[in-house]
Amino acid sequence: MECLKLEFDVDGENFSSAGNASESVKRTLKQIGVPPASVRRVAIAMYEGEINMVIHAHGGKAEVDIYPDRAEIWLKDRGPGIANIDLAMKEGYSTASDNIRSLGFGAGMGLPNMKKYSDEMKIDSTVGVGTTVFLRINF
Amino acid sequence: MDKTLKTVVLDSDKCIGCITCMRRCPTEAIRIVNGKAKILYDKCINCGECVRSCKGGAKRPVYDSFELVASYKYKIALPSPSLFGQFNHLDNPNYVIEGLLALGFDDVFEVGLAAELVTDCSKKLMEKGDLVRPVISTACPAVAELILLKFHELADHMLPIYAPAKVAAKLAKSRALEAGIPADDIGIFFISPCPAKVYSLHKEEVSNEKYISGVLSQSDVYFRLVEKMNKIETPRDLGKCGHFGIGWGSSGGESNSLGLGNYIHCSGVRNVLGVLTEMSDGKLEGADFVELNMCPGGCVGGVLNVENPFIARNRMRQLAEKMKTPPATMEEFGLDEKFFLWDKAPEPSTSFRLDEDMFAAMKKMMQVEEYLKELPGIDCGMCGAPTCRCFAEDAVIAGVVPDCVKLKERKKE
Repeated sequence: MECLKLEFDVDGENFSSAGNASESVKRTLKQIGVPPASVRRVAIAMYEGEINMVIHAHGGKAEVDIYPDRAEIWLKDRGPGIANIDLAMKEGYSTASDNIRSLGFGAGMGLPNMKKYSDEMKIDSTVGVGTTVFLRINF
Repeated sequence: MDKTLKTVVLDSDKCIGCITCMRRCPTEAIRIVNGKAKILYDKCINCGECVRSCKGGAKRPVYDSFELVASYKYKIALPSPSLFGQFNHLDNPNYVIEGLLALGFDDVFEVGLAAELVTDCSKKLMEKGDLVRPVISTACPAVAELILLKFHELADHMLPIYAPAKVAAKLAKSRALEAGIPADDIGIFFISPCPAKVYSLHKEEVSNEKYISGVLSQSDVYFRLVEKMNKIETPRDLGKCGHFGIGWGSSGGESNSLGLGNYIHCSGVRNVLGVLTEMSDGKLEGADFVELNMCPGGCVGGVLNVENPFIARNRMRQLAEKMKTPPATMEEFGLDEKFFLWDKAPEPSTSFRLDEDMFAAMKKMMQVEEYLKELPGIDCGMCGAPTCRCFAEDAVIAGVVPDCVKLKERKKE
């Protein structure tokens, strides 16, 4: 089925612009009439993904496909990769630096929150190559 | 949104078609059409930002004429807390109340006093714990309209109780009726610091013939009032509002009265948009209360004020220190929560959508994205829309191809 495709560059190491992509997606979803609760789930899941890319991977790309009944999001980076995905999925586990934690990020809730707010989540990661997180959120 | 009522109208002769108001409008509700600013009323939240930013005074806020007051036999004034900050060297709020009586009003009910009751009710509702946190204050009608227009996902956080002006009107009316005044003789007038309150009270109240008969402009009343106040030698002790109530006139006053620890208050259009955005991304979890005021500094920053908001705020703070009356309580006035609660929640507006039908809206959005690939993305405003995106959306909705001035120039080169 035909879908609405959006693409964003996520600027690495810039906390103030992190969230720009999810903000744009949020606006688009509202303008096409996606229910508020679904907009919120997309926004939160995607925002967490963006922040992750900024903290761990010097940015990357976000691709969003919007269908009448769902959004599919790919967050692609060329960062260090995730060595142990099961561990990374644990609430409170984080490899973020103290520096980043002092900014209020890196609480180890990014991936768990992305899972919580999405209907499907897949992580494809190779150490030294990069990570792609896929999220599906049904409306 | 019912937009047969208007908050701001354009003085076409004064509008030179500059793009200042269009750029400042927080909801992209202004276009320049044939060299004049045109308000798209279905997207307007009545914040007054265009009035504030217009250099030529072409944006005129709408309010009721003071002459309307004379058409009622028994006249009641509802002064807002911010009114008390407008006067130089005012060291006693009773001068304002006496001044209003001297102006011809038969009774005065301070909105600040009603605000204290609203605080009491908010506290009780929050203690019960059945409100979705963080609770967003709905005292600023422009903020409420903004949520209903662009932040539907936050609508369930809205504090579901009437704003102080309406509460004051209800109480003032029953006081007049108890005094034996016939209902038809009673005229209740709110003196407003902003066009947003003029609009919201007109929509809910005046047009439905409820409690409020008209909404006056603070600056219009100010000049009439100063003349009367100057003639008062020793005012009687009439004011009942305490320092919490008057504090509502500036940003943070409402939250301060609630006595909470974990809250946010902010003012000014851009800041309000920022906080609502963060909130919808789930970043305010844990906070109990969010007080947002569309005008800089709170109600003192409304465009119907006379004084600079920060000067007014300083005066109100000093005045508040003298207002020792403890905050009013619901028990004292014999009121229950029902007196304050909305009879129905306001409807979210869909005028931000590209189409009422989701499939059609998606198709339109795809077309918008196509056009955006061509458009220069510099948001110059030459086309009469605030951004290239808006221009593309307008074109798609109108079923035309966007005709960009800049693109044409580039093609010529």
